[in-house]
Amino acid sequence: MRIIIVGCGKVGATIIEQLSNEGHDIVAIDVNPRIIEDITNAYDVMGLVGNGTSLKVLKQAGIDETELLIAVTDSDELNLLTCLLAKKAGNCKTIARVRNPELSEDISFISRELGLSMIVNPERAAAKQIARLLRFPAAVKIDTFANGEVELMKFVIPENSPIVGLSLSEIDKKFKGNTLICCVERKEEAIIPNGSFVIEANDKITLVSSQYIAKDFFKSIGIDIKRVRNAMIVGGSKIGLYLCQQLANKNIDLKIIEQDKNRCEELAGILPQVTIVNADGSVEAILKEEGIEDIDAFVSLTGIDEENIFLSLFASKCGVTKVITKIDRIAYNEVINSLELGSLIHPKNIIADNIVRYVRALNNAQGDSQIETLHEIIKGKVEACGFTINNESLITNKPLASLHTKEGILIACIRRGKEIIIPNGQSCILPGDTIVVVGKQKQIKNLSDILVGDNNS
Amino acid sequence: MKYRVIGNFLGNVLKIEAILLLLPFLVGIIYHEQVAYYYLSTALITFIVGFLLSLNSEKAPVFYAKEGFISVGLAWILMGLFGAIPFIISKEIPDFINALFETLSGFTTTGSSILLAVEDLSNAANFWRCLTHWIGGMGVIVFMLAIFPNNSGNNMHLMRAESPGPQVGKLVPKVKETAKMLYIIYIVITLLEIISLKIAGMPLYDAICASFASAGTGGFGIKNDSLASYSVLIQIIVNVFILMFGLNFNVYYCLIKSKNRKEIFKMEEVRYYLLITIIATLLIAFNTLSQYGSFGISLQQSSFQVASIITTTGFATTDFNLWPTFSKAILVLLMFIGACAGSTGGGIKVSRILLSFKMAKEEIHRYIHPNEVRKIKLDGKVVEEDTLKSVGLYIQIFLLVFLASVLLVAIDTIDLIESFTAVAATLNNIGPGLNIIGPTGNYAALSDFSKCVLMFDMVAGRLELLPILLLFAPRSYKKI
Repeated sequence: MRIIIVGCGKVGATIIEQLSNEGHDIVAIDVNPRIIEDITNAYDVMGLVGNGTSLKVLKQAGIDETELLIAVTDSDELNLLTCLLAKKAGNCKTIARVRNPELSEDISFISRELGLSMIVNPERAAAKQIARLLRFPAAVKIDTFANGEVELMKFVIPENSPIVGLSLSEIDKKFKGNTLICCVERKEEAIIPNGSFVIEANDKITLVSSQYIAKDFFKSIGIDIKRVRNAMIVGGSKIGLYLCQQLANKNIDLKIIEQDKNRCEELAGILPQVTIVNADGSVEAILKEEGIEDIDAFVSLTGIDEENIFLSLFASKCGVTKVITKIDRIAYNEVINSLELGSLIHPKNIIADNIVRYVRALNNAQGDSQIETLHEIIKGKVEACGFTINNESLITNKPLASLHTKEGILIACIRRGKEIIIPNGQSCILPGDTIVVVGKQKQIKNLSDILVGDNNS
Repeated sequence: MKYRVIGNFLGNVLKIEAILLLLPFLVGIIYHEQVAYYYLSTALITFIVGFLLSLNSEKAPVFYAKEGFISVGLAWILMGLFGAIPFIISKEIPDFINALFETLSGFTTTGSSILLAVEDLSNAANFWRCLTHWIGGMGVIVFMLAIFPNNSGNNMHLMRAESPGPQVGKLVPKVKETAKMLYIIYIVITLLEIISLKIAGMPLYDAICASFASAGTGGFGIKNDSLASYSVLIQIIVNVFILMFGLNFNVYYCLIKSKNRKEIFKMEEVRYYLLITIIATLLIAFNTLSQYGSFGISLQQSSFQVASIITTTGFATTDFNLWPTFSKAILVLLMFIGACAGSTGGGIKVSRILLSFKMAKEEIHRYIHPNEVRKIKLDGKVVEEDTLKSVGLYIQIFLLVFLASVLLVAIDTIDLIESFTAVAATLNNIGPGLNIIGPTGNYAALSDFSKCVLMFDMVAGRLELLPILLLFAPRSYKKI
């Protein structure tokens, strides 16, 4: 599929990387020739220097043959205008990034009137994820499927947990929980486990479950699930604002530490219930004064990755149980994962996942199944996709045991109506179900990709 | 330096060469020639070496600019070495230096020959010579990019190292698709030429060889007198086709994409390329009028020679050694201008010449209005400072290499015109020079040392200097 991406900043580059890895024809547009040079050197894409709102540039990028345009420049207005022009000039699908909180209040109106296919807001998506983590602090990472009813929760097995040393089938027998461990990270390795896999302490495991069942499971395996009563946020950026709005009625006391006086006043106007502190959050004494040693949760949201990392390390040191770190730019995954940073939030990756999911669904529009959700469980290694089964196909009405799925593919969950089924060999998939597929193999584009042999991809 | 990546890459190049070597084998079989089996055995050897080299491969080979340049430089030298084997073992060109000279001259689409009488060669050997032109024209690495699966963007470094011109861009977003598109255009035009020549009455074998040699803008003839003995119609057909191969291939892409046809007329390089050709043709036609007697003949001869030299092909239909000095001077100048960027031709390239003229004009204007801000434009777009700088530097380095080569070749050649045009003809990938290396002569009389210098010039000229110079820079092999 031919895709034009306007704006090659952090988010743009991440999207370009993922989509070009999936084999799409990509034209990247940016006003800065240096950025275009870097992008074309790193990825197999065509680069164009110019302004995305110029019809000439869009024509040069081949807007007539393009199916999708993604506008992710710095400016919301530019993105919207680019999408509007592209829509009129080439009749393609369009995705715009809009992150100004004022604009995002009218987002559905704008989206409808301009004929946008999708609006992405990295800050709000990140805030949503953080809010989820604060409501369920035992997990390091939570991804949701099927409108939030099925959740993938990642957490670390503590040293003294009763399940250390047990195999998965033993755990299943012992706890009879309606849960499934679908993915294990051990050091740098990613494993899709089978029944004989033995859990060790400090494994990072990903669990498929619904929230209520998971609570019991966590309790029984010795993970503390104390509710978060208060949270300290350093950095009053857009994410911080969205986060406070989302946690407004959740009975959590919030405190934002922000350096900029004007911003503090702005925030105080919008968020009357939240304690706004005007101080430099990177100073140890100030954090201590504001009570970092007594809080339940700490969220570092400053604009500088290095500062976030330091602050989170310090918070862990002070004994804060739930620490959340936002990382915008820094890549060194292996190093970062080895630090005690608690939950990591990468806003650009969340957005890239959303867009890749949309592109895959677009690619597979005529198929018998439609991809609805996509989450990377482990960056670049394991991903989970939610599919809706539209029609009868090769995989429906058959016991799972008789399906020849590819190696490293796991059907982790089936949702039928209100019921959440953790499947075993006898379970069948029926039309109308939503299923969650976990796979090591990248690029599960449609459901026939998970079967061995006769796929049509 | 990532030696494993380079080894793997070279292995794949040799595998492709091995497959190509099977074609002259087939031709030999068709003509019942004994030499055919030498090509088969060379193909086997080449494949085995290629296979061994690519054994130790990395899962995800990553090319950075440095590895790209070095790999491409090495690949061309290796191709020459392996391509020379059949000439040596079949004893058709027993001498190693001569065989290598002939093969490199083929791959680099130079067309300088050391053979006294090409008609004595077997059909398989002549076919191989012309096939090296065809492969060298668009480039074996571009071919490789077109057929091997690749995902990383780093392959652009490879393409840039092999494709001529100051700015190498893509036709479509993916390198692989771009390479495929280029080869499809290349193959289609070559087929058109073969068919046209066949209809004009050329024997099929001659038509294929002549088409291959003109497609790559090479210039190896399979007759001693190049194309002089064929009919005027055939000469005119070849004349038109070599001019077509000297055009930027973007032109053909725009022609296919019907919507962009107007773009063709906006390409300044194409306009000037045609303008230069027409002016040079007319000047020579008038200058040689007295020699040929009729304007028709002199126009046809001058048109063919001008096309042959500006596209750096090097075919001849007449001995331009006998032309007046003014005509010869024009031809020598055309040698340096060369064809369009993004074509199969060599030389400095019209776009670089054009830009350097614009830069000179700018410089003069700067003296008149020191504070005026002006930008140099090409095709209506502002040209980046970096591109301008690299164009200037390219011409500087080109001159340095040229002068050094002339000096080295002058050690054992007879006169200055000969040493001067020998270097001009090889560094610009043309083929024939003046005097004894003129269209009716050849390079056999030169010393081995001079031949080595000229071989270096040929490869350096084809790859536009940098990949080859990088090979000889000690810095390339340091870890930091």
